[in-house]
Amino acid sequence: MKFATTRWVGSLSLLAALGIPGMALAEYPEQPITYTIPFDPGGESDVTARFQEPHLEEILGVDVNVKHRPGGGGAVGWSEFQSSAEPTGYEMIGVNIPHIIAQPIMRENAGYETDGWKIVTFFHTTPNALIVPKDSPFKTLDDLVQYAKENPQAVTLGGSGTFSANHLGALRLEREAGIDVTYIPFTGTGPLPAAVQGGHVSGIFNYSMLGVQMQDNARVLAVASEERVPALPDVPTFKELGYDIVGGAYRGVAVPKDTPDEIVNKLEEAFAKTNQRIAEKQEPLGFVMTDITDEEVDKVMQQLKSAYQPILEEAKANQ
Amino acid sequence: MDMLLEALLSILTLEGLITILAGVTAGLFIGALPGLTATMALAVLLPFTFTMSPLQGLMALGAVYMGAIYGGAFTAILINTPGTPSSIATTFDGYPMARQGRAYEALAAATIASVVGGIIGVAFLLLLAPPLARLAVVFGPAEMFWVALLGLTLVASLSSGSLLKGLLGGCIGMLLSTIGVSPIGGETRFIFGFPALQGGIELIVALIGLFVIPELISMAAQGRGALPESGKLKGGAGSAILRMGKHIFSKPINLIRSCIIGQIIAIIPGAGGNVTSLVAYNEARRFSKDPASFGKGNVDGVIASESSNNVMVAGSMVPLLTLGIPGAPPDAIILGVLLMHGLRPGIDLFTETGVLTNGFILSMGFAALFLLPVGLMGGRLIHRIVVKTPFYFLLPSIAMVTILGTYALRNSMVDVFIMLLLGTVGYFLRLIGIQAAPIVLGMILGVIAEKGYVQTMLAAVVDPIPWLRLVANPLSIVLACLVVLSVATTLLPGWLERSGRMAKAKRDEEQAP
Repeated sequence: MKFATTRWVGSLSLLAALGIPGMALAEYPEQPITYTIPFDPGGESDVTARFQEPHLEEILGVDVNVKHRPGGGGAVGWSEFQSSAEPTGYEMIGVNIPHIIAQPIMRENAGYETDGWKIVTFFHTTPNALIVPKDSPFKTLDDLVQYAKENPQAVTLGGSGTFSANHLGALRLEREAGIDVTYIPFTGTGPLPAAVQGGHVSGIFNYSMLGVQMQDNARVLAVASEERVPALPDVPTFKELGYDIVGGAYRGVAVPKDTPDEIVNKLEEAFAKTNQRIAEKQEPLGFVMTDITDEEVDKVMQQLKSAYQPILEEAKANQ
Repeated sequence: MDMLLEALLSILTLEGLITILAGVTAGLFIGALPGLTATMALAVLLPFTFTMSPLQGLMALGAVYMGAIYGGAFTAILINTPGTPSSIATTFDGYPMARQGRAYEALAAATIASVVGGIIGVAFLLLLAPPLARLAVVFGPAEMFWVALLGLTLVASLSSGSLLKGLLGGCIGMLLSTIGVSPIGGETRFIFGFPALQGGIELIVALIGLFVIPELISMAAQGRGALPESGKLKGGAGSAILRMGKHIFSKPINLIRSCIIGQIIAIIPGAGGNVTSLVAYNEARRFSKDPASFGKGNVDGVIASESSNNVMVAGSMVPLLTLGIPGAPPDAIILGVLLMHGLRPGIDLFTETGVLTNGFILSMGFAALFLLPVGLMGGRLIHRIVVKTPFYFLLPSIAMVTILGTYALRNSMVDVFIMLLLGTVGYFLRLIGIQAAPIVLGMILGVIAEKGYVQTMLAAVVDPIPWLRLVANPLSIVLACLVVLSVATTLLPGWLERSGRMAKAKRDEEQAP
């Protein structure tokens, strides 16, 4: 009885301190959780959320409602979330790197900050992959680099979006290999397979998933991961080939900054368990499952910020 | 062939047919609600398919897709509001027909055209997928630029009356499409300090605002319903269906042309059902013996629009299933489902899992067939509701649905305000003769043209004369010539007439004294 009272008083004072109306922490969660995806349905983020939804529901014991709030490459959803979401643990949003690093640097009015929330976890990464048409004269990465050295700007590399993971990957390749290629942004991953197969670009910088999907019609020259991607065992990493390029998109989930640690821990756990269950389905598609939480999140953020910031700032100065 | 038979047997079960029927019905009603598009219908119903087997799930989604694209025609015809962007062109003649008391004729024509279109799309997919898929990849940025320009020449024919006002509308649309993050380059444009405007003006939001709100305002101003009271059927529903059936099949050229246009555009990635039906409509008008009657209630316009957009349903899966290229936005969701079930687009889909794939394709054919009974019955029901409901109930209900639909699109209140603002402005623009259609056309095609042009120019950075890349291969040259031809054939008759008239007036003057 005494225990119950102290707990009650304790949580009440905590509530008062945080200004959360009527929420008993100990029983979290007890009402439906909204999981916002700031992109259109059908993309990688959406597909992943669909995979996660039933498992999260089972583990947390409440409904998880996936809601889309697309626009501005994610910025519309993120700015709205940072300005209005309550730190109750009942609102969470999908976050993507490098988007949340690049947009606030490159835009006057992104409407949100890179660190304006608590990132619960990054649950997977999709490493960049350099894909060329099947009949391309570039059999290896070295062929491409050699040609680009002799013919500056003549190699055209398509990718999804501007200052996106793909674009930054291409920029890093330019730096590492000392070459000058022309990056051509497309809107999303959708039009890229056609661009490769139709020979409208020399190659594309996209995610490992597309490399898996296009095995029959294209050749993957290299992937930008630490180790080889399980779904593409024959494709070397950039590192193996002597270029220090590791990168791609990280996908995770964030909650408002003042969300209590107990809630964050519970969500971490739920996402980790979910990951184990869906790995079997996602890995063959080219996803690389991760379980990056707590301090590791800060470490990854710091590492990627220092990798991308100089490139981004240089690009901004050139605009 | 064995595979096809096995596939046929696997869907011809009671469970299978019920799945298709339910999918078509659900899709139809979602498609008929302005704001809820085919893409949304698929996304919303996706979780329900998780508990089903892969084939049953795909059958359900294919049926929903088919129903939703068709459902957009209802509101297009009855209240001048395209339920999905694919039925914009249906409003041009469908609504005038309804105002003349021929609503059910228009609905019957739309239904028959959709069924035929849907089945022809399935036939293309089943028989010609590999050669057609090769066509998908030849459309690069330069070609897309010309396709968009070709579409923009439509402005001339859509602006019955004043070409200048049509062009003005088109320019307004293209300007609206530049708001937000630029498709290439990623700069934010015209957001005036509002982060929420980074998302730009969604096509559907503009569509609802520019089509529905002016119609509602004018209904309220005139104290009338959407349709005149005299909207009763001449000789009953059965005879309207028979009459339309006879009209369509006795002169099948329009239908065949629209289906072929529908199939070709469906394959081009980045151009969806909206472009399909607009181009088919324009060609129907161009080749008609009586082009002046288009826009005033010519049923051929409805047939062209509705048949071509339903060809697109199965047609756009040609590049999807063979190459993994979504031919239209809703296909991206189908691709997601395929991947979720571990099905990778490519040859394997037609060999290893051929029964499943063929079952899915055939089920879309059945879905198209089911449109006939479901559509004709649903059509009568919705038609009756719209005609019988007093306008003081009808008007607020439509307003309510449009606001909810707009909000639901991106869960955004900003979108609702944009919709209402555009609607109010659209009403006054309409009063001075600038119609919604050219504005929306400018919005759709402005973006495609911009992307195509900028990508082409970027790729040509090493060339001495970059813009030559726009006409660097045979296909882009052909498309460029088509653009010139299209401009010429729409402008020349008017110009000749005017100069002829002027010459005649001159003669009259000379003879007068």
